[in-house]
This record gives sequence, structure tokens and C-alpha cells, in this order.
Amino acid sequence: MAIFGTALLALCTLLGVALGEGLGRLLHVKANVGGVGIAMLLLILAKIWLTRRGKLTPGMRLGVEFWAMMYIPIVVAMASQQNVLAAVEGGPMVLLTGVLVVATCFGLVGLLGRTTGGAR
Amino acid sequence: MIGIVEKIAEEQALVLSFALVGALMWLSALLSRRLTRGRIHASAIAIVAALALAWWGGVVTGGKKGLADIPAFAGLALMGGAMLRDFAIVATAFEVDVVEARKAGLLGVVALALGTIVPFVMGVIIAWSFGYRDAVSLTTLGAGAVTYIVGPVTGAALGASSPVIALSIAIGVLKAVLVMVATPMVARFIGLDNPRSAMAFGGLMGTVSGVAGGLAATDERLVPYGALTATFHTGIGCLFCPSLFFLIVSAIA
Repeated sequence: MAIFGTALLALCTLLGVALGEGLGRLLHVKANVGGVGIAMLLLILAKIWLTRRGKLTPGMRLGVEFWAMMYIPIVVAMASQQNVLAAVEGGPMVLLTGVLVVATCFGLVGLLGRTTGGAR
Repeated sequence: MIGIVEKIAEEQALVLSFALVGALMWLSALLSRRLTRGRIHASAIAIVAALALAWWGGVVTGGKKGLADIPAFAGLALMGGAMLRDFAIVATAFEVDVVEARKAGLLGVVALALGTIVPFVMGVIIAWSFGYRDAVSLTTLGAGAVTYIVGPVTGAALGASSPVIALSIAIGVLKAVLVMVATPMVARFIGLDNPRSAMAFGGLMGTVSGVAGGLAATDERLVPYGALTATFHTGIGCLFCPSLFFLIVSAIA
């Protein structure tokens, strides 16, 4: 049944976010440390475990994959509620910092991808 | 008649937002096919259009939540809010190739470290050149260059002034917007076409919304790898900016 997949996804998300919150408290940080990442790892582990035991039914897959496919529309909705006006009107310092930081990081992505690619 | 529309917009806010986003995606797919022969990804067009609408929403209402501040479109705040965004991001992990992800583990850590230090240092230097001299403001503005959550969290922890916190948020939001818009354009030049570079990208850019939007517009299959590292970025920034980084800045400034 599809709901089992969605429920599994919900369980992994809740557990991961709770662990991320706990990690934040432990480190005295006012933020969730890697909650979503932990949840992703939990879901990957759950998938491996279910596949090995032959319990990953097509219905269950559908319950997870529907949400994976809804991801882009959700990102579009997210983009539509950003405070774009404030970002654009922030003045020269905001503009300069934003543009330079993003350009530099793009460059580093290229550099990092290439160096490790060659080493292996 | 208007009464019915208003009632439905209010009671069916989330359902209405599904229909709205669907319409926007359909229009974007049409534009992508007809005007660019599929060269520009439909999701890239949809994201840029959504950002433009968010700008318009901000102009019309004077609020902070873009299009979602217009009452009829309030459902967008729920559909695109952190809860469903994180839920859908986790779901993308179902398609992750475990072997690939493990291979890029160390690279992800290096990217995360660089992605926190480099933007912070650049943010501090630029803030310095614009006349800021006190360690609290410098650290807050540097933190804003990490992500728009790290900025205000750091500013609040250090007791920065409200205009400085607002600026740090603006820097972070601009970063997210730029990453969303520019990623599909530069992807080819920075080799962003495999899981490994996607993990480096997630760690370096950090901003979850920027990484999520940028990768979605470039190649959907890369989304889970970028998200996996990006999700640690804000936490690490919130850990180091108000503590270690602040101590270093106050020692120098």
C-alpha cells in the first residue's frame, strides 16, 4: 500500500530532524544540524533493508516516489515566496557580496571536481 | 460570485497552490519547447518565473514572503514551506546510488569546510571595505554570506543591530536567488554533471533552497547528492560563525 511508503518517508524525516535537533542542542547551536541529511541516510538504509528482505512492494515505492517527483513543483512554490525584493534592494554591499561569493564558489566547485577526479 | 471565490481561496489554499504551480509548470514547459527548443530546462524557467512573481508580490504587498503575501496565494507558503520542502528532499534519497555517495564522502567534507570559510572571509572583507569596523557587525555580515539562516542566528547570538541583521539576511537571500538562477547556466563550465561534483556543489554553495532550486533546474538526478551535503551547511555555519569565527574576527579587528 502506498501509505506505507509515505509513512516510512515520514518516519525517516521525523527521526532525522529530531536527531539533527538533538545534535544542535548538544553542540549548543540554535539550528538543526544535518537533520535532513540524517533523514536521507535513514531512508537509504531502510530501502536497502526492505529490498534484501523482499518487502519493498511497488505500492510502497509509489508512496515515496510520488513525493520525490513533487520535489520540483515544491521548489517552484518555495521560489515564489522568497523575499526577492529585499535581496534586490539591499544596496551595493549586498549585491557585491552575493555576486562575488557565488562566483567564487562556482569556481571552487569546478576546481574541486577536477582535482579529485584526476587523483582517482 | 466574489464571495465564493474568496471563500474557496481561503479554505482550499493548499489545493489552489497545487493548481497554480501546475499551471506555471505547464506554461514553462510550453515556453521551453517553443522558444528554446528544450535547451533551457522547463524547471529553470518555472523557478525564474516564480522568483519574478515573488518580486512582484513583494512590491504589491510590501511583505516578506513574496507571492504568498497575497491572500489568494497564501497556500504557496505551505506548499513551498520548510516542512514539505524537507519531506520531498528526503524522498529524493530513494534514488541515491550508495556507492557513488560513499566515494564522494571526503570530497563533501572538504567542500563543506571551504563553503563555510570562503564566503565568511569574503563577506567580512567586503563589509570592512564598506566601513564596518566592529567585530559583531563584521561577523554577522560574514555569516550572512554563508546562508540567510546563519546570518540572523549569528547576529542574534552576538547582539548585532537590526539593520545589520537585515543586511545579512539580504546577502543570504541574494546568494540563494543567484545560485538558483545561475546554476543551470554555468553547470557545463564547472563540470556539474555527475554525483561527485553535485556533492561538492552542495557543500560549497550551502544554501539548501539555492542548491535545491539550482540542481532541479540543471538535472533532477543530481538533486539528492547536492542536498545530502548542503543540509549540513547551515548547521555548521551556525556552529562556527558565532563562536570560533567571531573570536578570530575580534582578535583581528
